[in-house]
Amino acid sequence: MLSNLGNSILFISAFLSISIIYLANKNLKTSNNLIVKNIYQLSLIQSTLIIVCFFTLIAAFVVSDFSLVTVYQNSHSMKPVFYKIAGTWGNHEGSLLLWVIILTIFSFLFLIYNKDHPKKFRLLTLIIQNILILGFLFFILFNSNPFSSLSPTPSEGLGLNPILQDPALAIHPPLLYIGFVGSSIYFSAAMASLIVNYSEKSFSSSIKNWVLISWCFQTLGILVGSVWAYYELGWGGFWFWDPVENASLLPWFAMTALLHSLIVFEKRNLFYFWVIILCLITFILSVTGTFLVRSGILNSVHTFASDPTRGVYILLFLSLMIFSSIYLLFKKYKKENYNLNQNSKETFILINNWFMMFYLITVLLGTIYPIFTDALTDNKISVGPPFYNAIIFPIVVIFLLFMAVGPKVKWIKNRFEDIKVYFLILAGSIILNILILVFIKSYSILSNFIIISALFLIISSLKDGVSAIQKNRIDLARIISHASFGFLVLFIGLNHIFSIERDYNIKVGETKNFENYSIKLEKLDLKDFPNYKAVIGTLEINNNFSSEKNILKPEIRIYDNPKTLTYEASIKTNLLKDYYLTMSNIDRSDYYNIKFQKKPLMIWIWISVVMIVIGGFLRLFKNAKYS
Amino acid sequence: MRNTVKIIIFVIFFFIIGVFYISLTRETNYNTSSLINKEVPQFKIAYFDKNGFYTKQDLIKNNYTLINFWASWCGPCRIEHPILMKLSAENNLKILGINFKDKKELAGKFLKDLGNPYSFLLKDIEGKQSVSFGIYGIPESLLINNENIIIKKFVGPLSLDNYKEIKEMIN
Repeated sequence: MLSNLGNSILFISAFLSISIIYLANKNLKTSNNLIVKNIYQLSLIQSTLIIVCFFTLIAAFVVSDFSLVTVYQNSHSMKPVFYKIAGTWGNHEGSLLLWVIILTIFSFLFLIYNKDHPKKFRLLTLIIQNILILGFLFFILFNSNPFSSLSPTPSEGLGLNPILQDPALAIHPPLLYIGFVGSSIYFSAAMASLIVNYSEKSFSSSIKNWVLISWCFQTLGILVGSVWAYYELGWGGFWFWDPVENASLLPWFAMTALLHSLIVFEKRNLFYFWVIILCLITFILSVTGTFLVRSGILNSVHTFASDPTRGVYILLFLSLMIFSSIYLLFKKYKKENYNLNQNSKETFILINNWFMMFYLITVLLGTIYPIFTDALTDNKISVGPPFYNAIIFPIVVIFLLFMAVGPKVKWIKNRFEDIKVYFLILAGSIILNILILVFIKSYSILSNFIIISALFLIISSLKDGVSAIQKNRIDLARIISHASFGFLVLFIGLNHIFSIERDYNIKVGETKNFENYSIKLEKLDLKDFPNYKAVIGTLEINNNFSSEKNILKPEIRIYDNPKTLTYEASIKTNLLKDYYLTMSNIDRSDYYNIKFQKKPLMIWIWISVVMIVIGGFLRLFKNAKYS
Repeated sequence: MRNTVKIIIFVIFFFIIGVFYISLTRETNYNTSSLINKEVPQFKIAYFDKNGFYTKQDLIKNNYTLINFWASWCGPCRIEHPILMKLSAENNLKILGINFKDKKELAGKFLKDLGNPYSFLLKDIEGKQSVSFGIYGIPESLLINNENIIIKKFVGPLSLDNYKEIKEMIN
């Protein structure tokens, strides 16, 4: 029954998309500046229907309707309700439905919130967005249908991979999708703007809030993914330069560049084509990421069960997007003359964009290079953290310095009046760095530079904040985001420098000593839980220096459906550090392998990212207030 | 000039999409006869029932290694198992088992019932790692010396003749 209902709604939605395209096209030819009511109504019905369709699928997961292939393959009747619901988007088919929800809702909201803009521009944006919606609806209907039914109905489902049964992972995909699927709306708007030659400053006001929304959610999505990797994967790291992580980072770089160049466009009417290019590549990179993840040409914790026909469809879609955007761009491109003064805000924002492009190209090359060598030369290589660390981190130093100075530079022309202040801040940062070196621990030259530049950015941003408060003209959003980015780099740097990692084989009753610490495996317990059994170790960690005592309880879990062994890290978090402990069994012996890590300031890394996003939301609220 | 730039940009995108397409449709060449006298490919495979990975570099520690691909669901694997048990008594040889697309509890039961000949036991649940060894069906076994060179490949279950052959080669 649910299968029929879902399929019918999908077909009606596709029909609605076609109707919207038809009506919008017809409405384009009328001379008045009004969009006919029918278009609003159809667009609202379409978003509502897709949401109903998604709830139908959620219902199928909740009641464990195994007559649907997707439910059978990704759920189990014994699973907690929360994970049954989260399972709806934890698989390829269901997550595509989430894609379409975001496409339609954004399409509708863009239509109703941009009434001040030219009719043609709005209608064309709607048409292009609906072509995208139609593309994805066809993909769902004919290739990846979450409502495909199975006969005879199996009595039980195959279950959701246990490492995916985690609260962070339940919210990670929706956040990330709002981010990169959300970028579709400014892709459509950019195409529409090219077609109708809508290149005035006011174009920026039609998209800037959408860019902000997608940027905030993309950042949050990446954060939650990292948090999940840290708590669940049991490696003690939070970023692995895994190709799929990179796929989420690529649109982020483009969005960040876009966010900044839009400021110039809005203020000075410069960089129109550059803004358009960034709008186009953000969504193109999002779809490229989807292609890499869903087609199975990459191997990663994220890859869904692969199916080449899926890949062919997305690739076809991607090619159409790329070639139509390049074609349109070439046709409409006019050379813009930038008469930029070296010391102007415009130049500094342009420099920000160069950095973002540099990071984007580095990560893009690192991600697709292995695919190229494999396809062309049969050589399997993997590009790992050493490549990214070597290229990205030295450049971060210069980037942070520009990021500190840039916002204070004036539009058009600037005279560096407060250059002395910057020297003082730099001197202060160097002294702070030396204090850390002398009193705690020495570290590499590059780390020195990173810490100094991060401190420089933090202090300059805070100083800006203080002087802005005095003048009562505070740009809180920017100050919070920039200072928090400085904190983020600082905490990542300190975390890297001061981490301790130790590996031991240990049996019950034994104690291991290292540095100031001793670890004792006190006991092992076997416990039964509703959907798994667990061997729980109790380990006492003593800091002999501060006589601080901690009990950590790592687990080895044996899940029933599907039968899987997972290792649960035990993590003790406080404001200064995390203790991170994983345990695994060793065959045919009573020894257990334990891995102990001390990770300083972990919680501050998460907090910094949250603060960066808060900056973004503040800017969004401010924009909303003024419009 | 502008046209050249346009053409270059188009060509780059065509190239990228072309490569993506090739990656999608590519079939790995399964002809394995060329593997003999070649070095073992780089690999890193998870242990069957503990944390960590076994890599190519670990192979050098053994004089000779027989890499055996097997699964509990594979009938011929049952047939060759007694030969593997006999081989496990050889001092000069370590047997590295790679459990292929299997369920852990069934594989465990298989070894409990028939004995465990493996010095090291790894798992390849998706069967993707084994492909890089040129494996297209199981059981298959590769005999490797301590320079990581593949000196013999056995397709199908090991026979008593194979047993004698291996014994001669390693002694």
